[in-house]
Amino acid sequence: MNALAMRRIAGRIGFYFCVFLLISPALLVFLWMLSLSLKNEVDNMAFPPVFIPNPPTLANFIDVFEKNDFLSYSINSVIVSFSATGLALLIGVPAGFGIAKTKATRAAALVMIARVTPGLSYLIPLFLMFQFLELSGTLWPLVITHLVITVPIVVWVMIGFFEGLPGELEEAALVDGATIWQAFRHVALPLARPGITVSTILAFIFSWNNFIFGVVLSGRETRTLPVAVYNVLTFEQVSWGPLAAAALLVTAPVLVLTLFAQKQIVAGLTAGGVKGG
Amino acid sequence: VDATGENGAEPAGMSAAVESAAPAATAVRRGRNYARNYWPFIFPAGVVVAAIIVFPWVFTLYMSVHDWHIGSPVTFVGAANYQRLLTDERFQWSILRTLYFTTLAVFFPMVIGIAAAVCFARNFMFRGIARTIFIMPMMATPVAVALVWTMMFHPQLGVLNYLLTSVGIPPFTWVYDANTVIPTLVMVETWQWTPLVMLIVLGGLASLPQDPYEAAKLDGANGWQCFWHISLPLVWPHIIVAMVIRTIDALKAFDTIFVISNGGPGTASETMNLLLYLEAFSFYDMGYASAIVVVFFIIILMISLVLFSVRQRERMA
Repeated sequence: MNALAMRRIAGRIGFYFCVFLLISPALLVFLWMLSLSLKNEVDNMAFPPVFIPNPPTLANFIDVFEKNDFLSYSINSVIVSFSATGLALLIGVPAGFGIAKTKATRAAALVMIARVTPGLSYLIPLFLMFQFLELSGTLWPLVITHLVITVPIVVWVMIGFFEGLPGELEEAALVDGATIWQAFRHVALPLARPGITVSTILAFIFSWNNFIFGVVLSGRETRTLPVAVYNVLTFEQVSWGPLAAAALLVTAPVLVLTLFAQKQIVAGLTAGGVKGG
Repeated sequence: VDATGENGAEPAGMSAAVESAAPAATAVRRGRNYARNYWPFIFPAGVVVAAIIVFPWVFTLYMSVHDWHIGSPVTFVGAANYQRLLTDERFQWSILRTLYFTTLAVFFPMVIGIAAAVCFARNFMFRGIARTIFIMPMMATPVAVALVWTMMFHPQLGVLNYLLTSVGIPPFTWVYDANTVIPTLVMVETWQWTPLVMLIVLGGLASLPQDPYEAAKLDGANGWQCFWHISLPLVWPHIIVAMVIRTIDALKAFDTIFVISNGGPGTASETMNLLLYLEAFSFYDMGYASAIVVVFFIIILMISLVLFSVRQRERMA
């Protein structure tokens, strides 16, 4: 009996060790990012490396805002991601409803293919198109290309949610004389609110994280944060502290969202199955 | 006769009324549920998808049969761009590298992801926080984490080589050597995308019935046997879906490779996507780049069709 208890305890310790092994790579990278961003330049260049900032300094973060146009890049990112997500919801939620109701498998397949196609393949024609339309230098090309990411995410997630809703309530509304639009607006839409939350969060995150569209389409003034942190900070200053601080600032909104909306993100990714971009 | 006729007609009339009412009701309902009535819902998205997704596909095909350098006149060249692909060794190497990268970047996340899903399927203390930390690499901005990895790979000052030497392993060349650059990039890709595999497989494990396990326990099966003979066959469809998604994502990996090695050293980590970027936006050879896109697109399309058929079959079942 005692041996059995010992084995059980050993098994539990082994299990927790496995869990620790699984999360340690993630811990290592994020904690190292934090550590770099809070240390002064001397400690960042020290070998052996200094792990715990002593004393921690916020100088790197101040540096990021003072020496770069970080604030205007943040505003660019906010405008692009919010517009691309908002527009995608506006057209994608009704489309998901329509496709789910008519069981338009081919339309669903098109959305699926759009989601798995590499982003670069859209970029060449769109790049030429924006040159032709003389939209370069504005945020429009970015907002429009980000729709390539956000629209398929929203439509795909919403198809799944509307398919999962019981149809009886809408049918009852239709029999009572409601128009399809009313049935959608007052019956289906309120029921699908969890789905809308999930698709909003996912569309926003993948738009925020997108790099490839921005690196091609944005000029000096129209850089989004991921492009700015790559361009400005890697070429114009090579010191590690501000670079880590900027990287942390860029990804912080997404990490905070992940912390608070983990349930929705997990549900969306498990059901939707594919990431964007 | 009359009376019986009346009597007989009454029920007949009633049933006729019922019968004619029923088709009328279905006609009304069908009329309202007609696919055509839902088109206005799909139409706006259809226009946008046509403009920014379908138009680029068609336009790419058009460009791929032209000599299209930015700033010079466009001329029709037929299949010349495709013929060039057949003789372009740089392109062929990039395909091989992409396949090498993809094979490794599917295998490791799958193995670790399935193991992680089995761990996270159990109930334990701090499971919520552990799972949050585990999925963070997938949600974080790829460029940001790629920059941190770059700093960690630094040959003299990088923390990774310090950690290796402190446990007695000689320093590694990471992305600074042609032979180690792709395995290193696979490591980053594994770090980033294992969580997605874990989530999909975990979703499968969570939906499994409990009875087979109880029966197996009664028969004296141990944990490993339970996993191998019950869990694995039952979550197989989820594993397939995860594998196809991982394959597609690995084929089109860009951000981390671009930031960490930018295809180098030399061309040692130049995958199809990297070469495509180079041809299009460094050499501005849009026609040739479009031909690469078409080939790339066909490869990815074939794999996604497999994914779609698997999903459909799952939905039927």
